[in-house]
Parts: sequence; structure tokens; C-alpha cells
Amino acid sequence: MIRFERVSVRYEGTERPTLSGVDLTVPEGELVLLVGPSGVGKSTLLGTVSGLVPHFTGGLLSGRVTVDGRDTRTHKPRELADLVGTVGQDPLAHFVTDTVEDELAYGMESLGLAPDVMRRRVEETLDLLGLAELRDRPIATLSGGQQQRVAIGSVLTPHPKVLVLDEPTSALDPAAAEEVLAVLQRLVHDLGTTVLMAEHRLERVVQYADQVVLLPAPGAPPVMGPPDGIMKVSPVRPPVAELGLLAGWDPLPLSVRDARRAAGGLRERLAGAAVPVRAGVAPASGPAPVPVPVVAAERSRPGRLARLLGRGSAEPVAPAAADPVTRVDGLGVRRGRVEALRRVTLTVAPGETVALMGRNGAGKSTLLGALVGMIEPTAGSVRVGGLAPARTDPRAMVRRVGLVPQEPRDLLYADTVAAECAAADRDAGATEGTCRALVSELLPGVGDDTHPRDLSEGQRLALALALVLTGRPPLLLLDEPTRGLDYAAKARLVGVLRGLAAEGHAIVLATHDVELAAELAHRVVILADGEVVADGPTGQVVVSSPAFAPQTAKILAPQEWLTVSQVRGALEAGA
Amino acid sequence: MTAAPAPARLLRRALHAPEADRANALPAGAWWLWALGLATAASRTTNPLLLGLLVGVAGYVVAARRTDAPWARSYGAFIKLGLFVVALRLVFSVFLGSQIPGTHTVFTLPELPLPDWARGVRIGGRVTAEQLVFSLYDGMKLATLLICIGAANSLANPARLLKSLPGALYEAGVAVVVAMTFAPNMVADVVRLRTARRLRGRPTGGVRAVAQIGLPVLEGALERSVAVAASMDARGYGRTAQVPAAVRHTTNVLTVGGLLGVCAGTYGLLAAQGAVYGLPLLLAGLVVAMAGLRLGGRRSVRTRYRPDRWGVRAWLVACSGAAVAAAMIWAGAVDPEALRPGVVPLTAPVLPLWPAAAALIGLLPALVAPVPPSERAADRPVRRGKEQA
Repeated sequence: MIRFERVSVRYEGTERPTLSGVDLTVPEGELVLLVGPSGVGKSTLLGTVSGLVPHFTGGLLSGRVTVDGRDTRTHKPRELADLVGTVGQDPLAHFVTDTVEDELAYGMESLGLAPDVMRRRVEETLDLLGLAELRDRPIATLSGGQQQRVAIGSVLTPHPKVLVLDEPTSALDPAAAEEVLAVLQRLVHDLGTTVLMAEHRLERVVQYADQVVLLPAPGAPPVMGPPDGIMKVSPVRPPVAELGLLAGWDPLPLSVRDARRAAGGLRERLAGAAVPVRAGVAPASGPAPVPVPVVAAERSRPGRLARLLGRGSAEPVAPAAADPVTRVDGLGVRRGRVEALRRVTLTVAPGETVALMGRNGAGKSTLLGALVGMIEPTAGSVRVGGLAPARTDPRAMVRRVGLVPQEPRDLLYADTVAAECAAADRDAGATEGTCRALVSELLPGVGDDTHPRDLSEGQRLALALALVLTGRPPLLLLDEPTRGLDYAAKARLVGVLRGLAAEGHAIVLATHDVELAAELAHRVVILADGEVVADGPTGQVVVSSPAFAPQTAKILAPQEWLTVSQVRGALEAGA
Repeated sequence: MTAAPAPARLLRRALHAPEADRANALPAGAWWLWALGLATAASRTTNPLLLGLLVGVAGYVVAARRTDAPWARSYGAFIKLGLFVVALRLVFSVFLGSQIPGTHTVFTLPELPLPDWARGVRIGGRVTAEQLVFSLYDGMKLATLLICIGAANSLANPARLLKSLPGALYEAGVAVVVAMTFAPNMVADVVRLRTARRLRGRPTGGVRAVAQIGLPVLEGALERSVAVAASMDARGYGRTAQVPAAVRHTTNVLTVGGLLGVCAGTYGLLAAQGAVYGLPLLLAGLVVAMAGLRLGGRRSVRTRYRPDRWGVRAWLVACSGAAVAAAMIWAGAVDPEALRPGVVPLTAPVLPLWPAAAALIGLLPALVAPVPPSERAADRPVRRGKEQA
């Protein structure tokens, strides 16, 4: 269906070609997964299929890409629109119209399908993707999973033979990701659609793939093969494959189900070993990172009637001592009529890592916002370092709590890394060079005059983390830190965060990534509809949950192993 | 009680407005015709009471039938703009004087002596009550026009209006729609970047903050526009059909010729001596240009998904606006005194009965147009669906 013949792509101003020597054939009706570390040209390869590379992005394509016999050199993207459906990384950037139904019809209108055909296909697609209830809704009001489904639906309606998807599940919670993957599965099985998709979260998708294309390094020719064969040689692997290799299972299992069948022996070997308790849980074992001086930095904002009436005076204005523990008590947040958070109570001790989980829109980001002071509580209280974040001067808060937002790019304004660092030192009142030292530690090999925009997703995250850490905040918050990171970048992030926790930083991370939570968190808090529905040690909370259990836990249940590295440690100790 | 006799009950049921959904949504054009009708009526009178009545009619319909959509919130902005126009008109009148002769001096400003060549222009000087009242009436007329336009703007979905453009203009229309979605996106960007500034412990106000946020916001907007363009291209935007060369040439000749005709006709109408050939030339040019656009539409392969239907309700809405306009024009011919209350000498304006009653016809849409679903009702089933999922 898709043929690549000696394809290489080179963008202007780069020394090496981004892609080279691609010689592949994607057969009709298969789901082909494209894997590889960040920055090896996965998106470029996907772009060549729809013709956006090079017609839209520029650059030089040599060789030939044909889709169903049409050569992309002579066919512009719009002339391939009836054949190839493309969904990019950010579904919001994909939408042209403003309501769900119009969006589904847009592609068909461009192709000039008859009105009765369009009507029928829109209804079919609404049902196929479970969007019928949302048909009149403005797209901007939908959740991430819903938007991703609308984006897929909008390219499905013209009935393309090929579907090209760039990280369709990265931004989704586990349940929404399952929804999207179930739809793809159905398209491949029932309609014979050929699907080519790139994804970092292999643990979610690799079991559905018929074939895997591995791009091992930038500019290196790709390797194509059956999933289990490729997973043995791939530098990126889901935990299930990792565990399979560790235990020496053959054939290599790719789904939890296959792995469980093979896991009997491993479970017996592990029966005697005790699950290691995560070190560093004991609060105040490490030195507190910064002795925060208690200043009366809290200012009461004038002009609010409620406060004049004395409603705000129920809270003590300045507590006696800087409390190292972060306390959230009965927190409620309302936005218009929507109650984003209700009666949330949470304490985070120094040195503790807490993972906040829950579906998109459950209130995770809102809770982080309240902790950092961007959102004022409508009920209850938040105390970070003894202060109420929303009523404290941002300059004072920077040294008590730091948040790395979902889009780390938002934190970066300057033209060079050095300028960012200098600004961060000034903002935090730290001695000159503090930030630069952190950057060198987290992000070795990045020059002073690199533009932050030229960094990869993982490097940008590390830079933002360094900027936030410049103030040495005892409480560190991360919102969805692994979006767009490959396994190597994730492993580095895990190492850094573990080090910070050992130094006594309290860390709260909101994440959909169950593997990350299993690796890092001492405690998991699950939010649903703005309420805390579970709060406890990671092992207990996560193992019993079908959606939030990491693969290792699913394979080795009822034993409470969470990560491959725990298992490896136990096996090495036992051997 | 067994209810009213059958015909009356049927009529009432037929008139009872249903809840709006996609199938019975009024075409954007109907709302615009209604609003333009009110605006035409407003342009025919300077009677402040009638103008106030027209504003009230437009405001009532907007309050009764607008949705929660982003464009629906623009009504308030138009009202503010209207008030600003009134104020501006008064200020100009006070400082630059007016041709209106008057005897009631309110106050006198120091007059700026101007050289001889600037005769006829006056800065400062005597301000009379007549002149102020005249400017007030005039400003109110403009403000009412603006508010009528604002009403159409907040009742009709601009994207749907563009959908009813002829095929040849469709692509330009999409570009406009995409450009319009940028403003809200940029506002969201500004909010996000301001919170990010706060995260770095910087003040979020002030000139420097705006300067530092401005560049990333523009950058983000540009990136998004490129991404949307890529998406549109990949989804077949701008596909064209093969058209014979003869048709293509004819299209060009018709369109260009028609536009030239329109220009010449307009010039003729505006110039003093060309009134004879002006109107026919303008009309002929319009017809030719329309034919060109229609022929040009053949090049576009687009079809339309669920176009708005002109049903009885749409006609009622459009005709109610036209009726108000027609009644006001007729009243202007029959009784010009009532529509233009005297300024010299100053008289209190009187509300003319029949034109006022005619203006109330404009309230018809508030009865017949489909009722937008309330926010809460729309929210609830969706939330429930989400919980089940």
C-alpha cells in the first residue's frame, strides 16, 4: 500500500539528512508501528506519506514514496486527501471548524461528496467513535481523549485507505488511550484500513501492531519486522518486553496476557523475595533543602467584599513557624458553575514523592495550580511552607514551590540557554551561576547559546526543571512530565527526580504514565471528578486498579512488584 | 378544562418555538436581514423615542435568543461602541461647532482664532442647546445602527454565514474563519504565558511583562496557523476540478467585466450628471459579476454538508425586519415631522403611534425563532455520559 524507495529527506541548513536509505513496503490492511528514540525522524517519515513533506515543510526529498500507486512527488497533499488521513501530534492544531459535526464533514466537503453520502457517513462515524452525544458541542470544550477521537473521525469520514497517526495516545489518560486504540483496532480489522503510527508509549500499542518499523538512530536506515523480533533489538522497549528479556522468555511476549502465561516460573522464583520498600519515605531523613525564613510575605488583597466582611479572617494570616509539610485541607475550587475540586485533603512530607492520577479533567492540574498559587481556593485551605500560595507574592513563592507546567516551553522566553539561566538566577535571588550549574547537571552537552526552541522535548523539560529548581523550592510540582519523552529521556528524568527526593524535596507529579508513577512515587493519589478517591502507598493503590496498574504489576499479580528494575534487583540478590 | 378550540390550539402549537438544534437552526442570513431591516428603519428617523424603541426591540430579541457561543458575547461590546459614538459626536460638536443656528446658549468656550483660508472651520466658541440636541439625535441614530449590526452578529454564527457564500468565494471565506478563531486562541496564550511568568516569580503586569509575553504569543499564533494550514491541505482544501479552458476564460471575462461595470455604475450614481446611466450600469455589472462567480464555482469541487434551510420561521424572522423597514420608510414619506423632531426651535419629541407599533413587529423573532438550549440542560447529559465512559 505504501512503498518507500530509497527515500531520504534533508532539511535546509542541516548537515546530515534527517532520514536516509528508507526502503520499505507497508502492506495493505496492516497496523504498522513506527518506533525509535526522540529526534530520529519519525514525524518526517510520517509526513512523507501524506505529502506534507516536502510539499508543505520544504526540504529535499530524494527517492520515491508511492501510496496506492500515487507518487507523492507529483501529487500534492490535497490530491492525496481522499487516500491518506493524517492526524498530527496536537489535535487542536488539526481542527478547521468549530463544532464536532462540521469537523467530521469538513474533509468530505473538500472532496465534493454528495450531501446524502456525507450525512450517512457522519452518522456512522459518530457511532463508530462514540461521539454521538457530542455532535453539537464546540470542539474547544471537549476533553483530550474526545478531541483525539474527533480528530481521527474527521479523517475517517472520507474513507481513506491509509491512516497516518503521530503519537495518538501520548496526551491521553489510560482509559481514553484504550478507547482510541480500540477504534484503530476496529478500523484495521473491519474496514481493512492500513494504519501507520508513531508512538512513544509502546506499552500501550505494541501488542496491537502487525509489524514494527524501528528507526534506530538519526539518519540510520530503518529495520522492519514482526514486533517480538524488533523488540529484542530495539533501544526502546515497553516493560513487558523488558521483563520478558530479563526472564528469558521465548517468544518474547508483548501483551500482559501472553506474559502472564509465561510468568509462572518467575513468580515462583520471586515468591521468597520481599518487595523492596522505597527508600527515602521516612520524612525529614535528609536535610531540608533550604531553611525558609519566615517573612510576613503574605499580603491580604484589599477590595474584596468577602474579606471586608471578615470571611477571610478565619484563616490565620501568618503561622508561627515554617511548616515543612505541605498541607491541603478540605480544598474546594469552583470555576463558574463547575466544581473542579471538592473537599480535597492531602499532606506531602519532605522527601516524599506523590503521583496524582486520574482521567483527563479530573482536577489534577487544578490541584497543582492551587498548590503553586495560580488558583485561589473557594473553600478550605492550602499551606505550602506555612503560607497560603494564592495570597503570597510570586517572588516569595518561587523559593517555596516550583511548578513545571505541561508545556515546558511556556516557561522559556529568552533567546539562549545562558540568558534563561541568568534570568532565573535573578528571579529566584540565587547566586549567579546556580542555574547554569543545574543545567549542566541535568542537560550535559548543551551550549550556552543554544536557542531553547532548538532543544528536543526532553531537553526542554530538563531546562524548565533546572529553571524551577534554581529557587531550590522544597516542594516541586510537575504536570504531565513524560509527554513526548522517549524511554531514555524518561529514565534520565526518573534518576534526577529520585536524587531530588533523596535530598529532601517533596515532589508531586500529575501524570497519566502509570510506569512513571510506579518507578517514582511513594504514594499515589487518584482523583475523580475533583475528589480524592484513593490515597495510599503506590503498591497498594496501583496493583488493585485495572487502569492504573503498571505492566509488571499486572504480570506478576498478586505479588506487588511494580517495576522491572525491582524484579531485576531481587533476581540478582537471589542469584 | 378541555383547552381552546382546535384551530387555535394548532396555531399555538405551530407558533410555539421548538428548542434549537442543528436541523432547525435559523440561517444566518435570516438574522442579518432582520437586523438590517431594523437598521434601515433606524436610519430613517432621528426621533430619540423611536430609536430607543428599536434598540429595545433588538436587545430583547438578543436576550431571548442568543446562545452561549463566543460570538454571542459581542453584543455588549457593540452597545459600548454605540455609547462611545454618541459621546464622540457630542464632543466634536462642542469643540468644532455646528451649522445649526441656535439661540439657547449653554456655555461659551474660548474660540481659537484661525487664519483667513480656514474660513468655515471653527474651534471653540458658543455652544447652543440646539446644536447639542441635534448632535445627540444624530449620534443616537449611528449608535442604533451599530447596535442592530451587533444584534445580528451575536445571533448568527459567522461561520455559518460564510457557508452560504457562493462556491467561488468559499476559500477566501475559510481563510477569514480561520483568522477569526485566532483571537480567542491568542487570548488563551496570553493567559497561559502570564501564569508561566508567575511561576518564575515575575510580576505579571506592566509594560515589560507585555513586551516579554508579546513575542512568544505571536510566535505561537504563527506556529498554529502553519499547523492549521498543513491540516487543511492534507484534508483536501483547495482541490479543484478540471475545467475546459473556454469556461475558465469566460469566467475571467465575466468577473472582471462585471466588476468594471459595478465600478462605473457606482461612479455614475455618485457623480452629479451620471444618474441616468448609473443605476442600469450598476445592475448589469452586478448580474454579470454574479454569473462569473457562479461559473467560477464550477472549478470548485466542494459540496455542502447540511446547509441551513429557509423554513417558515426563517422567512418570518427576515420579513419582520423588512416590515419594520418598510413601515418606517412609508411613515417618513407620510409624516416626516414625527420622525424628525424639530431642533430649531427646540421641541420635545413625541412618540408617533403608528411607526412605534410598526417597530414592535421586530419582536417577532423572540416568539418564532427556535429557543437555544439552556447551558445547564446542555451540560448535564454530557457529564453523565462522561461518568459512564
